[in-house]
Amino acid sequence: MRPLKKNGVRIDDTFAEAFPMRGTAVLITAPSRRWALQAATTMTGFATSVIGCGAEAGIDCERSASETPDGRPGVRALIFSVSTDTLQSQLVNRIGQCVLTSPGSACFADLDGADRLPLGDAIRYFGDGWQVSKKIAGRHFWRVPVMDGEFLCEATTALTKNAVGGGNLLIMGGSAKNTLRAAEHAVAAMNEIEGAILPFPGGIVRSGSKVGAKYQGMTASTNDAYCPTLRGAVKSQLGDDVGCVLEIVIDGLTKEVVAESMRAGLAAIIELGPEHGAVRIGAGNYGGKLGPHHFHLKELLP
Amino acid sequence: MKALTFILRQEPPQRLDLSPLVPHLLDGKSAKDIAAIELQTTQEKVTAGDVFKIKDGAADSILFEGGSPRFDQLGRDMKSGEIILEGDCGKAPGRRMSGGTLTVRGDCGPFAGSAMSGGRLEIAGNAGGFLGAPLEGEMEGMSGGLLILRGDAGERAGDRLRRGTIIIEGSAGDCLGSRMIAGTLIVIGECGRLPGYLMRRGTIVLANPPELAPTFIDCGAHELAFAGLFANFLRADSRPAARLLGRELVRFAGDMAVLGKGEIFRPA
Repeated sequence: MRPLKKNGVRIDDTFAEAFPMRGTAVLITAPSRRWALQAATTMTGFATSVIGCGAEAGIDCERSASETPDGRPGVRALIFSVSTDTLQSQLVNRIGQCVLTSPGSACFADLDGADRLPLGDAIRYFGDGWQVSKKIAGRHFWRVPVMDGEFLCEATTALTKNAVGGGNLLIMGGSAKNTLRAAEHAVAAMNEIEGAILPFPGGIVRSGSKVGAKYQGMTASTNDAYCPTLRGAVKSQLGDDVGCVLEIVIDGLTKEVVAESMRAGLAAIIELGPEHGAVRIGAGNYGGKLGPHHFHLKELLP
Repeated sequence: MKALTFILRQEPPQRLDLSPLVPHLLDGKSAKDIAAIELQTTQEKVTAGDVFKIKDGAADSILFEGGSPRFDQLGRDMKSGEIILEGDCGKAPGRRMSGGTLTVRGDCGPFAGSAMSGGRLEIAGNAGGFLGAPLEGEMEGMSGGLLILRGDAGERAGDRLRRGTIIIEGSAGDCLGSRMIAGTLIVIGECGRLPGYLMRRGTIVLANPPELAPTFIDCGAHELAFAGLFANFLRADSRPAARLLGRELVRFAGDMAVLGKGEIFRPA
């Protein structure tokens, strides 16, 4: 069978295998866009993979002052984890350590739903008895006195059990420079999709992993089949034309939005073409037996 | 479907308790059934049909054409739907209402919105004393919902307010928000003596405050996110209230004669 090619870029006949996750969304506002972004960046830091960070998190989108509840610039952040309990503790720790502490910040729920996670309901105790509860228009907020005024925080936010983690693209190019360029193009396009985040640094991961290792106690280790320096030494997935592989991992609030994000990424890489970008696109899976969500690349092509 | 309409035949000769005429009690009843409902009053038996000409309609939308200062307890225990009164009413409209919207397009007597716990009460004219307050012997006043008074309020508006929001676009009498437990009270016009008298918690925002009692302590001028939040939420209901909350506000903590966790804001 001839390989599928789009604008000169080879598309592997494979699929990304993704898993159900618990997810939530919060909107962080501040006196300026800069400080809203700062609080959200800090809160979503060290949140690349649930394996070592407890949560996967990222900035979803920005909101102008006219679109936020308190009329100040805002940033929407998404947080994902494997269970409701870990999501809850990650959420409260991150809001408490990174948003409460950030100058001028306020924090609001930004997801609708019946399942709720305590947000201000947990943070309010920081007020040591001086916290003030306010209810308006069916929403509940806490005002916690802090050294620059007050931290305003919605009492709860919603939880979704339909979130999907682990959508991915493997971007393969001849050189590191071209591969990174293709990945950056993809990230720029995928960041436009609301409801999905790319948890790795700048959206890109260079150390994809396989399950297991030769060493006891290591649950994951380097994905040798995609390491270009081992091309001749292991059962490699890479041909002579591939000198570098980068991966983009996607977490989304729904499986539809993960598919939409992958579609946007594929389109951007294909549009760039093989000469200055990637020569081949693949996706990571575990044979399809572990994760219930399969995103087939050929179904997501532009 | 058209609104269920009550057209006042003539000024009633005595006080009338209109509490049976609320959407959840009239649901499924015909105009004839409704006309037979007794309205508790003094010694004479009076039915709804004696007082009003009734036009059939959907009970979740009730319209009174013509009011009277003798109409007491309009919309009492209202849970849902809508009541509009084209005219004045007497004591305690919206008493203990928990949902729906009640609109009085005239003046009303004392205890409007007394102990209401939800829904929206709007009064276009003036109100008597004890807006949203508890009746004698009750521990709590208004405990939820939104009460908007476009005109002036009498004394002790928001007495023992526990939750919810009261906006008075006109002026307020003495002892506004007396004994407040919590909640939010906003006055756009003038305000009488001793606002927040013995308030424990809660928020009073005054566009034109009088001299405050010495038991309210100046905490300085601040721009608080919560004021901006309330301004956004209240803009559709009251533009003057939204404008007031959008300004830099000085916070006074009190009443230090009691718990002292309440606050009065005024523009800086």
